[in-house]
Amino acid sequence: MSDKRIMVDIRGAEKDFGIVMALKGVDLTVYEGEVVLIIGPSGSGKSTLLRSINRLEALTGGQIFVDGDPLVGPEADIRKIREETGMVFQDFNLFPHKTALENISMAPMKVKGKTPEEAQAKARELLKRVGLEDREKSYPGQLSGGQKQRVAIARALAMEPKVMLFDEPTSALDPEMVKEVLDVMLDLAQEGMTMMVVSHEMGFARAAADRVVFMDEGEIVEIAPPDVIFDHAEEERTKKFLKHIL
Amino acid sequence: MAPLEKQGGTRIEVTDGALLPTRGDGRIIDSWRITIAFAILALLTLLFFAKDPYDQIFRVVIKGAPLTFGVTAGAILGSIILGLFTGLGQIARGRVLNLIAGVYVELIRGIPLLVQLIFIYFALGKFFHLNGLPAAIIALSICYGAYMGEIFRAGIQAVPKGQMEAALALGMTRGQAMRLIILPQTMKIIIPAIGNEFIAMLKDSSLVSVIALRDILRRGREHVSRTFLSLETYAVVALVYLVITLVLSKLVATMEDRMNKHE
Repeated sequence: MSDKRIMVDIRGAEKDFGIVMALKGVDLTVYEGEVVLIIGPSGSGKSTLLRSINRLEALTGGQIFVDGDPLVGPEADIRKIREETGMVFQDFNLFPHKTALENISMAPMKVKGKTPEEAQAKARELLKRVGLEDREKSYPGQLSGGQKQRVAIARALAMEPKVMLFDEPTSALDPEMVKEVLDVMLDLAQEGMTMMVVSHEMGFARAAADRVVFMDEGEIVEIAPPDVIFDHAEEERTKKFLKHIL
Repeated sequence: MAPLEKQGGTRIEVTDGALLPTRGDGRIIDSWRITIAFAILALLTLLFFAKDPYDQIFRVVIKGAPLTFGVTAGAILGSIILGLFTGLGQIARGRVLNLIAGVYVELIRGIPLLVQLIFIYFALGKFFHLNGLPAAIIALSICYGAYMGEIFRAGIQAVPKGQMEAALALGMTRGQAMRLIILPQTMKIIIPAIGNEFIAMLKDSSLVSVIALRDILRRGREHVSRTFLSLETYAVVALVYLVITLVLSKLVATMEDRMNKHE
């Protein structure tokens, strides 16, 4: 892997919320095309870590490079980094006053200056890719949870990001809708998208993840390929946690 | 919204586990209907059965309606613009902006509207000449702008936090996110509140009669000074205001219900 381009480089990331230290010096390197799954108990800092990468949470210490660009410091260009990182949220966060097509085409027009024609053509292509080509005129309120999340993925992809961040993308979904979202994510992984996913979907992990990161109390406890970590975890804390969720 | 349930003959809407009777709940007799029926009947009786001097009074008084509506509409517009900036100022990340917006709200809310109106027209009028109509619109805009600012602040804060996060994560600036994502949703949330402010403003606009603007009330006062028919005139004035505000409040309520149904 070492000959591959480094896409996300997290060095000594710290986040102090005052009452609790959410990240206590995290180091993690993610290579181009890699799919990294982050697991851990609630409050372990996994979402905070993910949200630090596009500075929805500001680090209180350490540094993160996204494709070589620093996130912290005088040279940091946060908007460039946000353009290059797509984010998918647990609660979708689609814009309720915009149609599916507008949700997807808006940022490319307003942020990247694309023409409406370009942006809409791209948006239609993405809707087709997530299997929702017939819903372009629907408002988020008219879509199911699974459909909303697929639109949200398309919206993030429309910015042509170098990295996709998924923050518990299936946790707010009814069970029967989890698969349609995971299928889209699997396709993405197979196309070579660099992905960091906070999730406990073990099926997805085994099918798509290159590495699984186990976090606890603001630290990375163990990193290993999915088969290794699920069947032969080395650390006691990892074993204990996996026993609870498997 | 959860479906309606039948319970003891009353329609109950279930929201988040709480049982709340819906507005108007479909009965033929409600307080709004009683009041509007009373107001219209009283007005019609005076105009067509008592006739003299009421038809004369009504014709005089109603001439003030365009001014009442004009001042109200102008000042609502002004107060929405002021309120938008005040609300944005209050939630801005700059401490100075917070303070400016905060002081404006405290200051204006601490002074009675009538005092503000007289101050702007008579006291400031010493330095630069203001006509009655602009003075009235400015005074009402400034006063209501402070309250409108609170409405905007609450409305902006009522938009889920994830909306701003999603917009920022897509690379939008804070300004773009506010303009394209947050404010359109804010407007939808606060439109009923703005409707209520409009009604309150329409009633408060009667204060402009003290600066010689010939609104509904002023026309009535002039008529009284000519004819000494104080009871008759002010009764008609009160009924005219009552009918206007009742109709408007029904409109606002209908709009609100319709918006809730579209959720």
